[in-house]
This record gives sequence, C-alpha cells and structure tokens, in this order.
Amino acid sequence: MCYLFLIANIPFSDFFSLSSVPQFTNSPTLIVMVGLPARGKTYISKKLTRYLNWIGVPTKVFNLGQYRREAVQAYKTFEFFLPDNEEAMKIRKACAITALKDIHHYFTQEQGQVAVFDATNTTRDRRADILCFAKESGYKVFFVESICDDPDIIEANIMEVKLSSPDYQDCDKEEALVDFLKRIECYKMSYVPLDDEMDRNLSYIKIFNVGFRYLVNRVQDHIQSRIVYYLMNIHVTPRSIYLCRHGESELNLLGRIGGDSGLSPRGNKFACTLAGFIQSQCIRNLKVWTSHMKRTIQTAEALGVAYEQWKALNEIDAGVCEELTYEEIQEHYPEEFALRDQDKYRYRYPKGESYEDLVHRLEPVIMELERQENVLVVCHQAVMRCLLAYFLDKSAEELPYLKCPLHTVLKLTPVAYGCKVESVFLNVEAVNTHRDRPVNVDVSRDPQDALLTVPEHI
Amino acid sequence: MTVSSLSPSDSNSCLRAPRPLRASERRRVETLRSAPLRRSRTARIMRGSARSHGTQERDKCVCMTNCPTLIVTVGLPARGKTYISKKLTRYLNWIGVPTKEFNVGQYRRDCVKIYKSFEFFRPDNEEGLKIRKQCASAALNDVQQYLGEEGGQVAVFDATNTTRERRETIVRFAEQNGYKVFFVESVCEDPDVIAENIVQVKLGSPDYTDCNTDEAIEDFMKRIKCYENSYQTLDEDLDRELSFIKIIDVGRRYLVNRVLDHIQSRIVYYLMNIHITPRSIYLCRHGESDLNVKGRIGGDSGLSLRGKEFARYLAKFIQDQNIKDLKVWTSQMKRTIQTAEALSVPYEQWKALNEIDAGVCEEMMYEEIQENYPLEFALRDQDKYRYRYPKGESYEDLVQRLEPVIMELERQENVLVICHQAVMRCLLAYFLDKSADELPYLKCPLHTVLKLTPVAYGCKVESISLNVDAVNTHRDKPENVNIHRSSEDALQTVPPHL
Repeated sequence: MCYLFLIANIPFSDFFSLSSVPQFTNSPTLIVMVGLPARGKTYISKKLTRYLNWIGVPTKVFNLGQYRREAVQAYKTFEFFLPDNEEAMKIRKACAITALKDIHHYFTQEQGQVAVFDATNTTRDRRADILCFAKESGYKVFFVESICDDPDIIEANIMEVKLSSPDYQDCDKEEALVDFLKRIECYKMSYVPLDDEMDRNLSYIKIFNVGFRYLVNRVQDHIQSRIVYYLMNIHVTPRSIYLCRHGESELNLLGRIGGDSGLSPRGNKFACTLAGFIQSQCIRNLKVWTSHMKRTIQTAEALGVAYEQWKALNEIDAGVCEELTYEEIQEHYPEEFALRDQDKYRYRYPKGESYEDLVHRLEPVIMELERQENVLVVCHQAVMRCLLAYFLDKSAEELPYLKCPLHTVLKLTPVAYGCKVESVFLNVEAVNTHRDRPVNVDVSRDPQDALLTVPEHI
Repeated sequence: MTVSSLSPSDSNSCLRAPRPLRASERRRVETLRSAPLRRSRTARIMRGSARSHGTQERDKCVCMTNCPTLIVTVGLPARGKTYISKKLTRYLNWIGVPTKEFNVGQYRRDCVKIYKSFEFFRPDNEEGLKIRKQCASAALNDVQQYLGEEGGQVAVFDATNTTRERRETIVRFAEQNGYKVFFVESVCEDPDVIAENIVQVKLGSPDYTDCNTDEAIEDFMKRIKCYENSYQTLDEDLDRELSFIKIIDVGRRYLVNRVLDHIQSRIVYYLMNIHITPRSIYLCRHGESDLNVKGRIGGDSGLSLRGKEFARYLAKFIQDQNIKDLKVWTSQMKRTIQTAEALSVPYEQWKALNEIDAGVCEEMMYEEIQENYPLEFALRDQDKYRYRYPKGESYEDLVQRLEPVIMELERQENVLVICHQAVMRCLLAYFLDKSADELPYLKCPLHTVLKLTPVAYGCKVESISLNVDAVNTHRDKPENVNIHRSSEDALQTVPPHL
C-alpha cells in the first residue's frame, strides 16, 4: 500500500503536521549548479536557499570553493585550476566527494530537504558522478545552469564578489582581475553545457544572460516548479526596497494589538515627514504598497502618489486577542499568552494566525517584490518582521523578535550576496510596540513575570 | 483620493453597530481594493510616474504596467492551441483578470458556412487565403473592441499564426494600440499525442459533422500538411526581441523568452503547471456538522451522527472507485479532518481550504444576522461575490487564497478535496468556468461528491449523492435585496433547520 511507504519516509511530526505548508516533496532534492566561474552560481545558490528556508523548506548550500579553500590553505594563482595540474585535480575531486558526503549527512541526519551543490560542474563526467550518487540514495536532481557571454556582466560580477574573496586578499585589484580571467579560461576548454539532446532526460533550467531567456526541461514535482518560478522572477537590476510601518495609530497609543484604527496626531506627522523623505530620496519609478487597513492607507495618502493595496499585507490576525492590551491577554488567556512566548513563530492565536501563516500569505508579496525594482512597502509590525527575515535571512526563531519600531524606514539594497540595510528614523516620536521574550515562559508563571517585557502605553 | 472608511464596519469597537458605507465611498472602495493583477483601474488615475521601465525598446505607445495583453498562440493544427487558450482564459477570468479568447477557426466557420475539405487550406488556394486573412482581421477588430471599449485586460488570439509575416502583422497591430504581446507556441511531433488530439476534439468539430471517423482523420492530416511547409517556428535568435513561451511535447520542455511583467510571469507559471494526463478530481464537503444542523454558519464544530455516517460511506465509495494514487486534501477545520480520518489514508491539510470567514457573523443563524445586521445582510444579497463580512472575507478574497490550491490541483493527478460550501463553490467555478455572479449560488449540497474529469475542452461532471440525509444549507438569492426590506422578505430563502 502506497501510504505505508509514505509513513516510512516522512518524519512523524511532518506527516501529522498541522502547519499550513503542504509537504512539498517526499524525497530530498539535490539542486546542482552548472556554469563557468563568475556566472552568478553562488548568487543564485544563496538567494534560492534563503527563499526556500523562508517558505519553510530546510535548505543548505554546499559551496565547493569553500571546501577547496579549507583543503588548500593558501591560494597562489590560477595555475591551480589548469586542466593538466594533476595534483590539484586530485584535491578538487576529493573536495567534491567530501561535499557530497556532507550533503548525504544533511539529508539523512539533519532533516534537510533541499541541498544546493554550488560548483562549476562543467563536465559531463562530473555531472554523471553526481547523478550516480543521487540515484543510490533516491534523491531527485535538478540542474540550474547559468550561461552568460556578456563581458560587462562578467566583469561586474568579478568586481562585486571575486575581488573581495579570501583567494585575493593580498592582491591588488588589477592582478586579481587578470588572474581570475585566466581561471575562467581553465574551465572553458572542458566546459560542456547541458545539451538539448543528450541531456533530454535530466531535469533542469538553463538561464541565459541573467534571465533574458530560460530553457526548462522535465520539471518533476512541486518544489522544482516553485524553484523555476522563483528563478524566473528574480533579477539583478540595482534597486532599493523601503520597508516601514504605518504611522503611530490610536490603538498603538493605548497599547492595544491589532484592530483597524486610524493614525494618531504623531502618526499623521510621520506620514507627512515620510512624504518629505521619499521626495528627497529622488527614487526612480517608486511603487508604493500598503495593506487594506486604515493606518497604512492613511500613511500612504500623505505621500500624494499612487499606491496599491494588498490584503496579504494586513497585520497578523490576533483572533480572540484582537484589540486587547497585553495585560488583558494575560488576564483572560494566561495559558495562550505563555504558549505564545514558548514558540512565537508557530503559535496561532485562537481564531487567528501564526507568524508561520503570515509567511505563507506573504509569499506572493515577496515574489512580486523580487520582480519589481524600487518599492516602498508601508505595512505592520509582524508583517515587516516576516519581510525583513526574508531579505536578511533570519531564522524562524529570530523572526518574531526582529526590531521594527514605528516611524523608522529600513532601506534595503541588494549588494554582493546579501542586502545592505540602512535604518532611517524620521524623528517623530512614537510609542514602543516591541515586546521582548520574557525569561519565564512557563504556563504557570506569575502575571508579573508574563508582563515583564510589555512596553509602556497609556 | 480620500477614503475615510474602507470596511463596512466601524472597527474601533466590535460592539458598536457598523456604520453603513455611503454610495460614493463604496465606489471608491472598489477602485482601490485591487489584487496585484487587477491594476488597470488604479492605473487610469495614476498621478505619479506613468512610464513603465519595461518599454524602453518599443516606445510607440506609452505602455503602463497594466496595459492590455494580447496572447498569441502559434502552432500547427492539433497541437493543443485551443485547449491552452480556453484553459488559460478560464484561469485568468477566475483570478479576476477579464480575458476573452478569439478563435479564428470560429470566424472562418461563420464566414464559410460549409466546410468541404482540406483543399480550403492549401497554400495556393487564393480564394481561401483571402477569406482566412479577412477572418484574422475581423478577429483582431473584435480584440480591439474587447480590450478597448469592453474593458477587457487580456485577449487570446487563437490561430495557427505559423508564419513570421502573420506574426509581424499582429505585433504591428499591438504596437499601434499599446498592447503587450506574448506568444504561446506549442510544438509537438509525437504522432500519438496528435492522433489523440484529433480524436478528442477535431472529430466532434462542426467541420466534420457529416463525415465518418476515418474520412475525418484523413482530411485533417492533409490539412495539417498544408501548414507544414510554411511553418516558421519561433526562433531563439530571429525572434529574440519577442516575449514568448515555447511549449515542447506537451510540457516536457519549455523555452521562455523575455517575460515582461507580472501577468506574463503568472501565465508562464500556469502553463508550466498544467498537464493532460488523464485523471479525476473529486470535490465534496465535510460530513454534516453540529452547527449545520442548527442552521448556524461558520465555526469549527465536529460532525453530527449523520456526518459521521457520511464519512464512512465516503470511505467505501472511494475504495470502490479504485483510484490510482489518490491524494486527499482537507482544510484545517475539525469537520473536514474528521471526515478524512474515516478514510484511513494519509491526507494533507491546507489552511487555504478553510471555510470563508464570516467575521462578526460567525456561528450565527441567518435569522440572527437579519436581526443584528439587517443592512449587511441586504448588502450581501446585492453583491454576494464581492461582499465582505465585517472582519471577515468575501468570495473574491476566497478565490485569491485558493489560487495556490488550484495551481497544485493542476499539477496533481487524482485528488479528493474535502472542503466547505463556499470553498467548493469557488473551486467548482474554476473547473466549470462559472462567472462571479453565478459562483456564490452554485449548488454544493452536503453528502454529495462531484467527480470532475477533464474531457476535450472542458470538464465532465458526475454528481454522486452518497445516500445519507443531511440538512440543506443552500440559501438562494431572495427577490427583495433592498436594504429596507422586511425581515420576512430577507429570510424567505433560508433553508429549514432546528
């Protein structure tokens, strides 16, 4: 019976999981990058890993360059990569085997679900070895090949991420650039791209010139379909994403959570100041997004530009606790209050939502943010924490405690493999709405212990 | 652009009676409340920068992010173009993007009343060519009307469009009108797939009503031949400036070029998730619940005795059907989970399948809603699809949250979805192409399984009542939907309950 097979392969907790994320795949997936150096493989690996982890699929990157740096302590020159350097070939092959072993461990012992094998994997032989390895353990394989022949893009890549690599710490920029280009040449001779005919039975996506064109072959399942969709929506055009909350609201002042109140006088002042700030930034083609709730809309109205409302950006639904103060929650639902402190990410308010649910509903927003260029998102505390966690690769444990104070704009600018964050406080006072995790999260704790970290309010 | 209240309820305290929206506010609420795809309304009142960066290459007509899209199919006959056109149109309309298909074959049939033989399609048949060109023009005119006066957002131009020349004409037409063009080419050389296509949809075509099967197949094969010589497939190099997806061998492989915007990205994602492997989708509601029996809506109650009986009958029904690799999905509410439990097979819970949130009306009887919220009750009857319960959801919201479920249903094969009345109506509307007006009144009685099997261009529906009695929970639209109507008029169509 097929369902017995299922029970054997899924961890018990996932099988009877009450989470909102359906089981994406039963067998682990090995994503294998393919491409010459400086084609964005590591950029894609890291970004994809960040995305998959955020939506709840345990994913990890295994970067072969890292293994090589650990094996060969000091990098000398491109000569290490010459195809006839037998000594080096031995080392590189050993590194690949170690990496695959670690991947095996990640899948079998660490509950990983997706592993990204980030290396050039430019020869058919190497790819055949990987396929063999995967077949033995029943892992699905999905190749992601990045092909680029635009010399400007390649040079920009090298400038952004290679020159600052540990390999080139002691070189000057010119030397490093020359050496790296020679390194690329070492691979070119033996590079065999995925072939339409010979590789017709493999599952892969070929990305041409940073997303101009894609060739997708034999997508096997849901997770591969999601990966393809994601990869087809990301871009590398420079841009910035501005995140902020609505201006201080009337309920904020009263220390009440949720609800749909309007802005307080200080909140209104913030909205006007925000308008000034946005103008001063001179942002090209800025899109402005808000939720469907009054306080974000009123904030956006002050900007005097067109904006788009997303229901998905609405604040977390606190269910029975909507519009209560923390003191009232402690009074009426002390057990719930404690359970929330025990696992703030997964805890779901009765008749409400959890942070985990929020992430799920924000996924289309993230996808659209990836497609867009300059965007200002005017949202709410829990929502902003989820979005920030995506951009800054924060774990589920950290996410619900990220600091997102009122009247502060976060400017996120993608740079190298991550995101630069600039925090701009717009100098309009507001209440603090951040409640830290208290020390005592026991269900039988004193009200005093429970309310220790509640911020002040009227 | 000021809006002082966006939800029908006054939300500072849930104990106060909701303030009714003034008519002017309601209209503005409609324009501002937009799902990411339906931007066209807000765009027309945009005050900010109106230039979309995506149109630097072709500044013939200022193309804002949400200018209409013209989808153009490309491919030899019997390659699934019409199948894809209709399915894509159905999907886009369901998610709220007004879409219409324009099938040139239809125009040809209207023009040339009687189809004689494949000779009409011979490349040297000048008369035939003239007529076909006129039909294409007529179709494009109608496209213009649809995307212009009728407020359509996407038009699907379903024809072979196999020559570069024809495609260039269309691209010029689109440029003149400020439409974005996206080509969808279907390439297939598998003779089995083609033969199956012909049997499924061509033999039943009006063109072949008076022929026997063999004659029809033979004629159609010759028809395909007429196109083959002049067929110029979309080329990676020659057509690199165009936006397109090439679907190869029914989805084994895809080539995607220059996706310009959100809607094209969604279209590509959708096309990459559909398949034509035969399968069936079973839709049913949870067994009768305790709240159902009391005539109360929403809530999270368990099954009544009859509901439990239904669950057992459902288990037997599913077993008897002998379905290959059946997946079972439920919501996260007790009543669907309890129903699935009786099946003794693994099932997957989707929060997205939860029943519509009735907000302040949760767990009320219709009589109580009429008593406490008579205005809301009437507003709901006026526009059941878009009406949002105070602190709750609308059917329109439901559709948005069900979209990932539909996408996954497309990817899957045999699935049984155990859900709820409003949810089942939304899913059914997707499969049976029901409009937003019909959707909230689709009949989805308890203890009845609907078996949907894709066939030809649509879906076959079999309704199986599992012979366990249950209350009726279907409330028809009453005659009087005026906000000043009497209680009697309002409650006229409420089904009986305890």
